[in-house]
Amino acid sequence: MFYIFCPYCDERREEEEFHPSGQAHLVRPTDPESVSDEAWGDYLFFRDNPRGIHHEMWVHRLGCRKFFNITRDTTTYEILETYPMGEQPTITAETARVRREQGVQTADGGWQTVGAQPENSTLNEETSS
Amino acid sequence: MSEAHFEANGGNVAVFDTHPSEVIAAESPLHWSRERGLVDDVAGHDGDVKVVERPFLGHLILRGGAITLDEAVRAELGISLPGKPLGLNVDADGSRSVQWLSPDEWLVIVPGGEEFELENRLREHLGDAHFAIVNVSGGQTLVELSGDKARELLMKSVTYDVHSHGLPVGKAVGTVFAKTSVVLRRPNETGFELVIRRSFADYCVRWLLDAGREYGLRVESPSSR
Ligand SMILES: [Zn+2]
Repeated sequence: MFYIFCPYCDERREEEEFHPSGQAHLVRPTDPESVSDEAWGDYLFFRDNPRGIHHEMWVHRLGCRKFFNITRDTTTYEILETYPMGEQPTITAETARVRREQGVQTADGGWQTVGAQPENSTLNEETSS
Repeated sequence: MSEAHFEANGGNVAVFDTHPSEVIAAESPLHWSRERGLVDDVAGHDGDVKVVERPFLGHLILRGGAITLDEAVRAELGISLPGKPLGLNVDADGSRSVQWLSPDEWLVIVPGGEEFELENRLREHLGDAHFAIVNVSGGQTLVELSGDKARELLMKSVTYDVHSHGLPVGKAVGTVFAKTSVVLRRPNETGFELVIRRSFADYCVRWLLDAGREYGLRVESPSSR
């Protein structure tokens, strides 16, 4: 079981209270009439499926019922940060790679998953070698 | 049912008193369970947990900016809007409360019959401000849990940490209760409150009875308003 930090309730809550809602930061074309079918199709149907850092929208459905964003590692399930709608992530695939190369643990101080730190540091060491 | 009024808020909003007239009997969300013999009249039953419904209270959902609403609620109700997430402010005698639900949403609970007048006064006070008030009194009900084993009962039912360090007095959270959702409130030292939805009320009653069987739990509710 995960504990997930809700940026609106300002505390960690049981995973059961949340629901994932797909990729975050999708921008609807401002003028749908003038975009190509391909661009519109991309916007409507095509989503990233990265191995590693991913930004997702989640909803605290049984708590405050607000949507917010999560930066998550899809290989370790580790939640690196959560942040409100309208804000940008501080951890991206690029920053995570740089920090790994410099031997810096990705989510220093920002552990969202109770009890996950020792396990995940081992996993991170394995992936970087 | 009273006539709809269109005066408030520049005539843009239809408001009406949702309390039926005296000749029509009101049925609380626990009515179905009462009909099936699961809910007793209030009898001060002795047990390690006591569950009592407070039916027919006035429940209002306020939405809008915190500063605007705070000013109006303090002026019209004499209670300030909880400044922090998960805050619950209760008045001196415990019969009126304002609760944080989300960053732009609060739940006001007042004694039954006061909500229509309060809604009108708030609308008048707020004028042209950007806000919404919805009377949800018919859709949910308040249930009080007290007794030595109330916390133990909740520990079997909710995922939330109900110890005093997790849920101190003056805190209220929306959380999972036996696979459904409730609002769990800690208004005072003596007990807890659950705000349960009408459509899940019978399920919640049956859950409470089952989980509380070992404590001799009974669910009580006043038989009429
Ligand atoms: Zn929340």
